[in-house]
Amino acid sequence: MLSELPLLSLVIWFPVLGGIAVLFVGDENPSRAKALALTVAILSFLISLPLYTLFDTTTAMMQFQESISWIPMLGVNYHLGVDGFSMPLILLTTFMTVIVVIAGWEVVQYRVAQYMAAFLIMEGLMVGVFAALDAILFYVFFEAMLIPMFLIIGIWGGPRRVYATLKFFLYTFLGSVFMLIALIYLYHQAQSFAILDFHVLPLSLTEQVLIFFAFLLGFSVKVPMWPVHTWLPDAHVEAPTGGSVILAAITLKIGGYGFLRFALPITPDAAGTLDWLIITLSLIAVVYISLVALIQQDMKKLIAYSSIAHMGFVTLGFFIAFSIYRQTGSLSGAAMGIQGGMVQMVSHGFISGALFLCVGVLYDRMHSRQIKDYGGVVNTMPVFAAFMVLFCMANAGLPGTSGFVGEFMVILSSFKANFWIAFLAATTLMLGAAYTLWLIKRVVFGEIGNPHVAELKDINTREILMLSLLAAAVLGLGVWPDPLTSVMHATVDNLLQHIIVTKL
Amino acid sequence: MNFVAPDFMPLLPELFVLTLACFILVVDVFLEERQRHITYGLAQLTLLGAALLTLATYAHAPVTTMFGHYVRDAMGDVLKLCIYLATAAVFLYSRDYLRQRDLFKGEYYVLGLFGVLGMMVMVSAHSLLTVYLGLELLSLSLYALVAFNRDSPTASEAAMKYFVLGSIASGMLLYGISMIYGATGSVDLQIIADAVIAAPGTENLVLVFGLVFLVVGLAFKLGAVPFHMWVPDVYQGAPTSVTLYIASAPKLAAFALLMRVLVEGLGALQADWQQMLIILVVLSIVLGNLVAIVQTNIKRMLAYSTISHVGFLLMGILAGTPEGYAAAMFYTIVYVLMAVGAFGVVIVLSRSGFEAENIDDFKGLNDRNPWLAFLMMVIMMSMAGVPFLVGFYAKWVVLQAIVNIGLVWLAILGVVFSVIGAFYYLRVVRCMYFDRPEQSEPIQMKLDTEIAISANGLLLVALGLYPTALMTWCALALSG
Repeated sequence: MLSELPLLSLVIWFPVLGGIAVLFVGDENPSRAKALALTVAILSFLISLPLYTLFDTTTAMMQFQESISWIPMLGVNYHLGVDGFSMPLILLTTFMTVIVVIAGWEVVQYRVAQYMAAFLIMEGLMVGVFAALDAILFYVFFEAMLIPMFLIIGIWGGPRRVYATLKFFLYTFLGSVFMLIALIYLYHQAQSFAILDFHVLPLSLTEQVLIFFAFLLGFSVKVPMWPVHTWLPDAHVEAPTGGSVILAAITLKIGGYGFLRFALPITPDAAGTLDWLIITLSLIAVVYISLVALIQQDMKKLIAYSSIAHMGFVTLGFFIAFSIYRQTGSLSGAAMGIQGGMVQMVSHGFISGALFLCVGVLYDRMHSRQIKDYGGVVNTMPVFAAFMVLFCMANAGLPGTSGFVGEFMVILSSFKANFWIAFLAATTLMLGAAYTLWLIKRVVFGEIGNPHVAELKDINTREILMLSLLAAAVLGLGVWPDPLTSVMHATVDNLLQHIIVTKL
Repeated sequence: MNFVAPDFMPLLPELFVLTLACFILVVDVFLEERQRHITYGLAQLTLLGAALLTLATYAHAPVTTMFGHYVRDAMGDVLKLCIYLATAAVFLYSRDYLRQRDLFKGEYYVLGLFGVLGMMVMVSAHSLLTVYLGLELLSLSLYALVAFNRDSPTASEAAMKYFVLGSIASGMLLYGISMIYGATGSVDLQIIADAVIAAPGTENLVLVFGLVFLVVGLAFKLGAVPFHMWVPDVYQGAPTSVTLYIASAPKLAAFALLMRVLVEGLGALQADWQQMLIILVVLSIVLGNLVAIVQTNIKRMLAYSTISHVGFLLMGILAGTPEGYAAAMFYTIVYVLMAVGAFGVVIVLSRSGFEAENIDDFKGLNDRNPWLAFLMMVIMMSMAGVPFLVGFYAKWVVLQAIVNIGLVWLAILGVVFSVIGAFYYLRVVRCMYFDRPEQSEPIQMKLDTEIAISANGLLLVALGLYPTALMTWCALALSG
């Protein structure tokens, strides 16, 4: 019975409509708005669960498909569907939105209804990005997402919020408009906007390279890859906690997802020819940005830079597949790279979200994000310290946490391609450990740094709830990643089968 | 020599507007100051009647009358309906603004209706003579409207500038028309079209020469760079209610003008005018967007934004394909919808003794009136071309049309400058949402204004969710 319902449409539009309802409750009734928002968020998560339980792991076909003609004149369909790549990311989105609503519960005082509504609408749009199988539909969701995030950073952000949010908006907008041109060009060739039709469209190498660069511009800004990452630290630092969580946990993943859905399958030859470029950029992100993270004074900035470094692993995993296949002819080795990238995306969603929440918890109490203002937090906030240490360890890739699984798979597969790539990628295990451990040392451990820290109160039930949900996810995925990897096996294999065949 | 009376039936809406405009002119003289709302009601009734008449005599197939000088076709009728709608919104939004400034006079409505008549003639023109007649009727009404507030020096200056530059443009247009008449021996667009096809490539030098002047004249009227100088000054100088009028409906008529003259009349010279339009497009998009960034006056900013939108509109036409024309028509209608809304919000923010002129006047609008701020955000985001708002589809179909004829570089230029354009639209959103209010006076709106402006904004969202209806309408209008 459940499979009869238009589940994907529900997961997209229920939160959007819920968000509008919250808006109508208005800022005058903050408690009612919050209650409604939480209900909507939890219900959306529950609605999205059947996507997992009813998911057929044996096929790479799109599932839960819906298709209605939307703009028939231009061949645009309202076509939704998920495969092993998008389904986990949709669940991640609905899960993180619940966390964000809980996180904003007492903290947000100004225009509560608008705050909650923005996140709920954002949720629907992000699910739409993952579920869209029509290029224009994808683009529409992809761009529409900018509006709520623009407002979230701009209204509830820090002192330099206007600069940060404008930079965020314009960077992403600029990146994506080239993609629009590429999509129009592809339509011109394929006479259809269906992404799956683009996948099988033959294209010359020149066309592929140009289209690949258009996609690269759009998605690398989102990921973000070095050197177009500079909006991220600004946006993260100025965004309210919830905004940072959604940015780090979901919107960055949209960039990675875009590579899997568009760049790799539509332009496989260009991607194969230019894989050295992406690998180089990824390694720069891993090594150089990790070093940059090491010297940060601001906790949020440090986590933002660490996000960029971790997302470098994702793109590395996706693009290392080509050279593994070229050198060894082994598809399973290549598959491990892509799968590692995917695991890393989901795991980073949990970990970075959790870390931003931890910083948020501290910030709510001290109104400072500077590392030097803290020290010895463990003495006053032992429960919080336990969580923070766990998430930092996961961020550094400690075995047993989800952070380890993805990184390990990517490093392992890059060994098959090239020792030096693997070596450079593995430096993150040291550098990542260095900056996170040093962060913990300075913030959590040691003597009580100043009188303000001495007055800190430990986290309350609400905060324990949201952090333990994330801790469970991080540990669960770390100990037993199979539920995640099993759903994407078929999809990864299918993608590899597709990209090793030239389109020329 | 015997005279055959032409068929007046297709002209029914025009005759109706003309009659009622004259009637209102007379009635208004006998009305007292406090009865002025009767004039307003009559003006709205005129538009409603014209709309009903147009629908009743809707031209499914083209009909020419007045010895080939006049045509009724689906494109014209669709555009006319949009013109009535836009003008009705203009009259409604302006009412309270005018009343607060002692400008609530019959002349505004009479001139407005004569302008509408001029636009209707432009839309239905089927000879260069009728084109010119319609254009002048509209222009003269607009000159007078700009100077409508006699006591305002800036308005007088703007009117003077508009009049002088507009006259030069008319001169150019007439000169071009005379050249084309010389080359083809007729002003009838159909005969011109046939003559142009018959003339071999080397012999049409006079034609191309005439074409240059025609394009210059039209570019002046449209406000495309480098013939845009009057636009910012007139937009800023005129009373906001008049700016609202100038910025909206006449763009629809201008689109029709381009279609009639360039496509129907001189379609065979497409290769020539395409080159000219490309230059206009590039300059308009680049200059319009760049200069808009530094504006602090919202009317001026919207003027430069209009210039860049005109660039996009021309982009659709220069594609020279039915798809491109439909895209341009869709773009024009959407643009008018956005422009009416944007200036409508500006008007609502003004009250007696206070002109909302600067972008700073939008500061903290979300705190003062969240609904109005939301509507303005929708309009601004739509102008910037952010999806789920109809402005995106307008840009997209235009880009699609020119990518399809292989002008990818122009499309890239267009999108890059759209991003630059997004910056100044976002600045308005930023003022409304991120800054605290500087004024605390409540914003008063009459109920009908509020309903209209809400419908206006929500239409942008609704069309964004389901643009098919309007797109199909445009395509059908052009194919029929």
